[in-house]
Amino acid sequence: MTSNVEQKVIVKKLKSMFPESILEVTDFRGDLQILVDREKILEICRYLKTDKELNFNMLLDVCGVDYLQMNSQARFAVVYHMYSLNKKHRVRLKAFLNDDTPVVESVCSIWKSANWFEREAYDLFGIQFKNHPNLKRILTHPNFHGHPLRKDYDSTKRHPQVERRK
Amino acid sequence: MENIFTTQLDKLISWGQRNSLWPLPFGTACCAIEFMSFVSSHYDVARFGAEVVRFSPRQSDLMIVAGTITDKLAPALKKIYDQMCEPKWVISMGACASSGGFYRAYHVMQGIDEIIPVDVYVPGCPPAPESLFDALLKLQEMIKKGGREKVLRG
Amino acid sequence: MTLTVEPLERLGELMVVNIGPIHPATHGTIYLKAYLDGEVIVKAEPDVGYLHRCFEKMCETHPYHTVMPYTDRLNYCSCFMNNVGWAMAVEKLLGLEITPKCQYVRVILNEFNRIIDHMVCIGTNLVDVGALTNFWYAFQPREMVYTLLEKCCGARLTVNYCQIGGLIRDIPSDFDNESKTILKALPRFIEDIEGLITHNRIFIDRTKGINPVTADQAIDWGWTGPCLRACGVAYDVRKAHPYYDYDKFDFSIPTGTNGDVYDRYLVRIAEMYQSMKIIEQALEGLPDGPVTVKDNRYIFPEKENVYSNIESLMNHFKLVMHGIKPPVGEVYSYTEAANGELGFYLISDGGSHPYRVKVRPPCFAIFQAMEDMLPGHMIADLIAILGSLNLVMGELDR
Repeated sequence: MTSNVEQKVIVKKLKSMFPESILEVTDFRGDLQILVDREKILEICRYLKTDKELNFNMLLDVCGVDYLQMNSQARFAVVYHMYSLNKKHRVRLKAFLNDDTPVVESVCSIWKSANWFEREAYDLFGIQFKNHPNLKRILTHPNFHGHPLRKDYDSTKRHPQVERRK
Repeated sequence: MENIFTTQLDKLISWGQRNSLWPLPFGTACCAIEFMSFVSSHYDVARFGAEVVRFSPRQSDLMIVAGTITDKLAPALKKIYDQMCEPKWVISMGACASSGGFYRAYHVMQGIDEIIPVDVYVPGCPPAPESLFDALLKLQEMIKKGGREKVLRG
Repeated sequence: MTLTVEPLERLGELMVVNIGPIHPATHGTIYLKAYLDGEVIVKAEPDVGYLHRCFEKMCETHPYHTVMPYTDRLNYCSCFMNNVGWAMAVEKLLGLEITPKCQYVRVILNEFNRIIDHMVCIGTNLVDVGALTNFWYAFQPREMVYTLLEKCCGARLTVNYCQIGGLIRDIPSDFDNESKTILKALPRFIEDIEGLITHNRIFIDRTKGINPVTADQAIDWGWTGPCLRACGVAYDVRKAHPYYDYDKFDFSIPTGTNGDVYDRYLVRIAEMYQSMKIIEQALEGLPDGPVTVKDNRYIFPEKENVYSNIESLMNHFKLVMHGIKPPVGEVYSYTEAANGELGFYLISDGGSHPYRVKVRPPCFAIFQAMEDMLPGHMIADLIAILGSLNLVMGELDR
């Protein structure tokens, strides 16, 4: 759990570096969550990693969320979970995407661990990551159609690869 | 004389086949861990002659599909089944291989009998090694009788 | 040992070997397309998803307490740890504090599951490099722990023992004796394996210096767990962010130096001894009391009461039909699973089904580094490396 003091430091530093891009800060059950502008995600992530006081050297997770059935400012969002091994603090960044073209810059150039997590978000949600080295489906098979974790995808709709035998 | 000879020969061959089934453990998920217990020293499938697990379809005659088969893996399953030489048998181990288990989902095959014929279904999630022994013995009985009826046994 | 690697322009002249998805030495359904120049891997293209069982979509269509059996099937070598991970995530969302006895029992069973997970990893890794005997040694303690779990909840492998707010039933009366018997018998099995392997010339030749990983590389790739600790980084969630009174137990974090396959094996062996230490201390301090919180909104009533008491019947009915309704919010809850940091990111919209569940599997991050790290190694090394990473497809593919 990131302490309140640490949370304040992280938020203050981010707000001073990117005053227009930090849209909302929430703390629910001890988790610091920062809503950021998707245009600046690459700069914010780079700052979070390289700043000596913040030092978020590990990207734990990148995932997509489909807010179709919940009230929110946009349908798709990308959520990043970061951790600092030295400072032992965590942060969650969320960036809402443009509904028509859910595109966001890939953070593979900052943390290598983003690679497959972003591919998974593309596979399951259809979120495009610009400048990703290999944006292909990863979990579903190559002949799969659609993005299964979207809320309008029927959970039982399959795309079998082998014909049923008689 | 000839008839007696061929029936006795059939009996001998069937005795040989059922007591030396070489399994191909097509293990994908949790059932594969129970399969590992099945071949380990505590349960010991070697008593039934089936401990020589051969991962090559050319060298095995019993395919034990242990675990969930997804649509991505289905072509591999079909290919490996086709590569096995006759006579071959298939045990569908566990709920996922038999009917998709509790994964009524977009990527899970609802039972391997969609694409390959199955001889024995073993229910359980995962089935205890005792259930798998039961299945093996049932299969041995089937080979003895010479029939190919599908059997559901718990 | 560095091997020269041919330039990629010669890709068309190289031999392509498909390893997997069904292969005796891939633990689970991994597919690796290896381009070989002789025995040396020039390029490796891993592919996963052969066991993608749509766990996250199933979570969205099931109430919270029925997600528990699905979590068993994530890392199926240590099922209870995934149960604890899910229960912790929902309990964090609800702001629920579980009872002290439940915390201790979860710690004890967590550590037993860590031991048996490491046993599978070591046993199968050693089979791949050619040491079959240790597989039998490694699986015998698994049977002992299975018997304990069977006494607790009726199932050997996929236990489904946790409930949101506690455990589904209390521990059996001989839990203490059974656990102590297992603890007495375990060291012998580990010593047998160590006696055959740790100073074995052949094993050392096959694993020392193979796939050495620096701490910086591992952190950049998001590695956690024994693979990260083998690189020298002493990060363990139990020490860094203690939960369930782990800060009260005296145990150390074993670390390696080179991050190679040999170090990963040594770290896992050492972790098993540390886990036994934790179990002993937890058994000493096991408190009395109930294993579930007293809250009808989340806890299922006792079966005897359901059949004899109208309030319990109605309570049971409401929980089964409508489930629990947590507040709107998002949490990320993490535990130290056998492979590393297992995270559950849970979004609730106030309804009875989770809105979004994302599992952060430790071996997903570990395996993606292989595309970068495998070139330059020989094909036989690849087998040793894959075994040492402890890739469990149930978790990786979800």
